[in-house]
Amino acid sequence: MSKTSLTRRSFTAAASAAAVAAPFVRGAHAAGKLTMGLWDHWVPGANKVSEALIREWADKEKVEVTIDYITSQSNKLLLTMAAEAQAKSGHDIMAMSTWYPARYAEQLVPVNDIVEPLIKQNGAVNATVEYLGKVGGKWLGVPATIGSQMKGPCSRLDLMKELAGLDMKEMYPVGAPPKADNWTLDTFLKAAEACHKGGHAFGIGLGNTSDSVDTAGAIFHSFGAQLVNAKGDITVKSDPVRKALDYGKRLAAFLPEDAPAWDDASNNKWLVSGKGALIMNPPSAWAVAKRDAPKVAEQCWHHGFPAGPNGRFGPFLPFFWTTWNFSKNQSAAKSLLAALSQPPAVEKLVAASGGYDLPSFANLTTLKTWAEEEPPKGTLYHYPNPYNHQTLSIAAAPAPHKIAEQIYTQGIHTQMIVRHLKGEVMEKTLDWASAEIEGFMRN
Amino acid sequence: MADIAAQVPFSGADRRSSLHKLMQRKSTIAFLMALPLILLIGVLVAYPAGYAVYLAMLNKGMTRFVGLSNFGFLFGRDTFWMVVYQSCLFAISAVIFKALIGFVVAHFVHNIPAKGQRKWRGMLLVPWVIPPAMSTLAWLWLFDPSYSAFNWILAHFGIDRIPWTGEASWARFSIILVNIWVGAPFFMIMYLAALKSVPEQLYEAAAIDGATWWQRIWYVTLPMMRNIIAITALFSLIVTFANFDIVRVLTAGGPLNSTHLFATWAFRVGIESGDIPLGATVSLFMVPILAIAATFILRDITKRGSEV
Repeated sequence: MSKTSLTRRSFTAAASAAAVAAPFVRGAHAAGKLTMGLWDHWVPGANKVSEALIREWADKEKVEVTIDYITSQSNKLLLTMAAEAQAKSGHDIMAMSTWYPARYAEQLVPVNDIVEPLIKQNGAVNATVEYLGKVGGKWLGVPATIGSQMKGPCSRLDLMKELAGLDMKEMYPVGAPPKADNWTLDTFLKAAEACHKGGHAFGIGLGNTSDSVDTAGAIFHSFGAQLVNAKGDITVKSDPVRKALDYGKRLAAFLPEDAPAWDDASNNKWLVSGKGALIMNPPSAWAVAKRDAPKVAEQCWHHGFPAGPNGRFGPFLPFFWTTWNFSKNQSAAKSLLAALSQPPAVEKLVAASGGYDLPSFANLTTLKTWAEEEPPKGTLYHYPNPYNHQTLSIAAAPAPHKIAEQIYTQGIHTQMIVRHLKGEVMEKTLDWASAEIEGFMRN
Repeated sequence: MADIAAQVPFSGADRRSSLHKLMQRKSTIAFLMALPLILLIGVLVAYPAGYAVYLAMLNKGMTRFVGLSNFGFLFGRDTFWMVVYQSCLFAISAVIFKALIGFVVAHFVHNIPAKGQRKWRGMLLVPWVIPPAMSTLAWLWLFDPSYSAFNWILAHFGIDRIPWTGEASWARFSIILVNIWVGAPFFMIMYLAALKSVPEQLYEAAAIDGATWWQRIWYVTLPMMRNIIAITALFSLIVTFANFDIVRVLTAGGPLNSTHLFATWAFRVGIESGDIPLGATVSLFMVPILAIAATFILRDITKRGSEV
């Protein structure tokens, strides 16, 4: 009787032989793994819809997907992408808003092969999406539906009619193009004054956070006022900037006294509490009002920005889905991003967000969700700019990204208005802004 | 013969014996016991600090070594000098008030009968125990620009509303106030411990000599607490200088950058604005100031040790 003992060496050899000889078995996740860092949606249930769409794709493609929904509260999303960029390790797909694709341009995989066919399929994207997402001819991310938003006016129909004599519903009717030729910055200023006198001031912040900066930026655009031009020259000391600053000061006099201390929650609270006749916000404030102050919600109407001498500019903040160049499964990432951008998927995402999320493609701005959301019915009809009534813009554009990002995050527009409002001579304010921006020019 | 012996290589037994001797030395044991902490400090403090120095010497795109030019760049920025002024104002005024309030409250608590003292001590420590980011949120609601609870109370007395976070001077006052509220209990508990260690006989002797209340404080209490006051004040100065959470939650540096400290401005410049090297440079400006404070602490501890 022979007796064989299993040594460590013989076990390893046998195991290796077995592994090499084993046939290829197509398992449940044969196409590998994919990790995603997505923006954590504030609308209850919206994450579930995006997860279902992703799971559907993953099951079909046999990819094991892990999704992390990362909140933008307290800059968590920003900190995550900064850490991943430094560590050169992290999620395969990362949701990045506004300036971040350009910031991390050298670490992102170009996605022209996805975006260009999507543009052919779904229509053109607006100039702001192109400015933020396409650098040196390369698309750095796929314009995302989730989280992309417009920060146009949300007016109280009753207060605007009663105090300012303006019928916003008539100007922006459901199912028809806007009849808002008279909706100009002058009309807006008069309405702000009337509502301020009536005890329902417009709730526009003058702080350093996004909502405040976006509104100030749109006003500057409406006057053709650029702090830095596309070539990177400082153009602060120009007549359009002077005019925009003067307008900003006159408007600020009719805003709440504490507007310089406002953050992105302040305007929402101002509307929901019933104090304000108008705020500049996506429909999130209205959605909260539906829950907490239904009487206020019934009177809210979302519409376009007032026009200035240079045109009508509405603030638009897109999100992008990007892929790091250190991602290990880039082909799967691209396949998923293309799937999430198909019209049926976009429609589901918009519906799940209650109309908050805005696709960037022109043919996807007339989905039924915006026409049907209520109360009042049609309040979101003009939210996605269905008639291209206004130019979608972002503050600090068209400056080169690395300069514009700093102008934006440090709230130079709002700081200029507040300085001038507090009595600083205009030329001194312009000197201050020039000096600050000069500091952003370093390479 | 001695020469020959010296040339003979060490045997294994000799090596074991010298290792044994090395392991028996107090300094070796102390080093080994401290090693986990040294490694922890190396990984969590020394490495990030070294990396921050490295980052501070890169250009904005982090592609080129630029030496000390980021530091030179900051010297030319008005906002930077505003942040220096604000950080000093914030840290020094907050520490002075925390020390004063801590000293007074420690005396009150010290004079409470032993039976009820524990619950007072516990209650007074609450602001220090709650994570500041959370307690500052409550303060944010109290100071809310539009719905301030304080203003609501003031309105009942016919007093006009105060722009707690809307005006530069009030905003600075607000962040200092919250920092005092959070930090004063630390001073209180340290001073209380020091007070309890002052021998009662010294007060009895002072009373016999006819010392007044003020003279007892000035000639007995303060000299006996001198070391703990110095250490606590300097330790708090370091922590207050490096504060982030209170300002971040309450004002985010506004209005008009008037409440930014080194840490919050470093975050604004480095993380939010995408200029990590400049952000690292801003944060490194705390080092010389804090190093001076640390030198004082260490010198004081050494002095105190030698007195013992």
